[in-house]
Amino acid sequence: MRIAHEILEKNKGTQDLCLIGIRNRGAYLAKRLRESIETIDKGTVHVGVLDITLYRDDLTLIAQQPLVHKTEIDFDITDKNLVLVDDVLYTGRTVRAALDALIDLGRPKCIQLAVLIDRGHRELPIRADYVGKNVPTSQKETVEVRLAEVDGADEVVIVEKD
Amino acid sequence: MPVAWTRKDLLGLEDLSKEEIELLLATAESFKEVSTREIKKVPALRGKTVVNLFYEPSTRTRVSFEIAAKRLSADVINIATETSSVRKGETLIDTGKNIEALKVDIIVVRHNYSGAAAMLGRHLKASVINAGDGWHEHPTQALLDIFTLKEKLGRIAGLSVSIVGDIAHSRVARSNIWGLTKLGANVTVCAPKMLIPPAIEQMGVEVTSDIDEALSNADAVNVLRMQFERDEENAFPKQLEYFKNFGITQERLEKAKKDIIVMHPGPLNRGIEISSEIADGANSVILEQVTNGIAVRMAALFLVAQANENISHDNTD
Repeated sequence: MRIAHEILEKNKGTQDLCLIGIRNRGAYLAKRLRESIETIDKGTVHVGVLDITLYRDDLTLIAQQPLVHKTEIDFDITDKNLVLVDDVLYTGRTVRAALDALIDLGRPKCIQLAVLIDRGHRELPIRADYVGKNVPTSQKETVEVRLAEVDGADEVVIVEKD
Repeated sequence: MPVAWTRKDLLGLEDLSKEEIELLLATAESFKEVSTREIKKVPALRGKTVVNLFYEPSTRTRVSFEIAAKRLSADVINIATETSSVRKGETLIDTGKNIEALKVDIIVVRHNYSGAAAMLGRHLKASVINAGDGWHEHPTQALLDIFTLKEKLGRIAGLSVSIVGDIAHSRVARSNIWGLTKLGANVTVCAPKMLIPPAIEQMGVEVTSDIDEALSNADAVNVLRMQFERDEENAFPKQLEYFKNFGITQERLEKAKKDIIVMHPGPLNRGIEISSEIADGANSVILEQVTNGIAVRMAALFLVAQANENISHDNTD
């Protein structure tokens, strides 16, 4: 809700505003943000879903191959103010892939970044415009965001990697 | 769908599990969107090289693979054997090894001998995709047929699908039978008796030589091209005779289900296996099949490349 206010304030309303959720959980967070924004402001906000599998730089490094899902952005992003939404900001590589994917789809006026959790340890010069909570972590830990839509309950858990 | 793709080659649908076929179809569905963009390209196979090695003439399949590879940002080279060293007597495996020595990642091969793609796959570290081997299999054609059916009817399980035409010489028929039966469809094959291979029933299909019977309950009919070039013994029915007895016409479709889907792998022989009014009519999905072929081949290229990279990565650990 606070992020919804911040987005509206920075973009001066919902004119040309679109939210782009990064699969998987970013997509649900983007839909929630839209609801919050639309209860504050009367305008309507487009929401799109981005699958970044094809833009990753680490496909061979992860044990489980991710299933390629659909990108669902059924509006023209050119000259729009886009807010990219994801659950956790960590190395920045997912956001890098998402930026490449978006720029292949058009030329937005600007791209901002909203994340629920910023856990530090960036490997690329990327920062979020809107942060739900900064959570200092060790690289031995993983941060799992669970959402009612997929996981049955809303919670953020820090797990020690084994 | 928790199954992962681990095969470096795509040789046929006979070897694949139901889950692997479903994974290919689901991946193709995601890739279909890429071709609707203004910039029809994703960087997934950037830096990979794909060679189309075709020992038989082909336009549609080769172009489809070429476009699929290019939309994934791979580099593509086409080798037509009529103009290559194959004319000088080089064997398939030698040709394959030479292509591999050029650091090619994926070889898409079409060959007139059944099993040619599998043999190449066994001898090479590069990925091999079968684009048709003799009378054996043509997996990506069957996958795009099944993809199109699923897109139109929402499911495969429980559907009745009839395959009409030269079953004996058709790799498209064989791959379709494997794929459709694994996914739970009921398949009927229909042809003049001399074009039905012996013991085809063992593949789990119904057999008939009565076209009206084949059409009567079908949700879809896949009309194969009459491959007169394969009629070495001059045993095929003559063209007009075939059209009269097996051709898909308005008159015959009126007795079938109203929404029956008509498919054809191309190239069409109008007035031999299908009439023009049906080929261009409301039941036909023939051009949608061509469009879907790109998404299916993108999925195939992507999955084998990814699996092969995982294999070589594991080996260097």
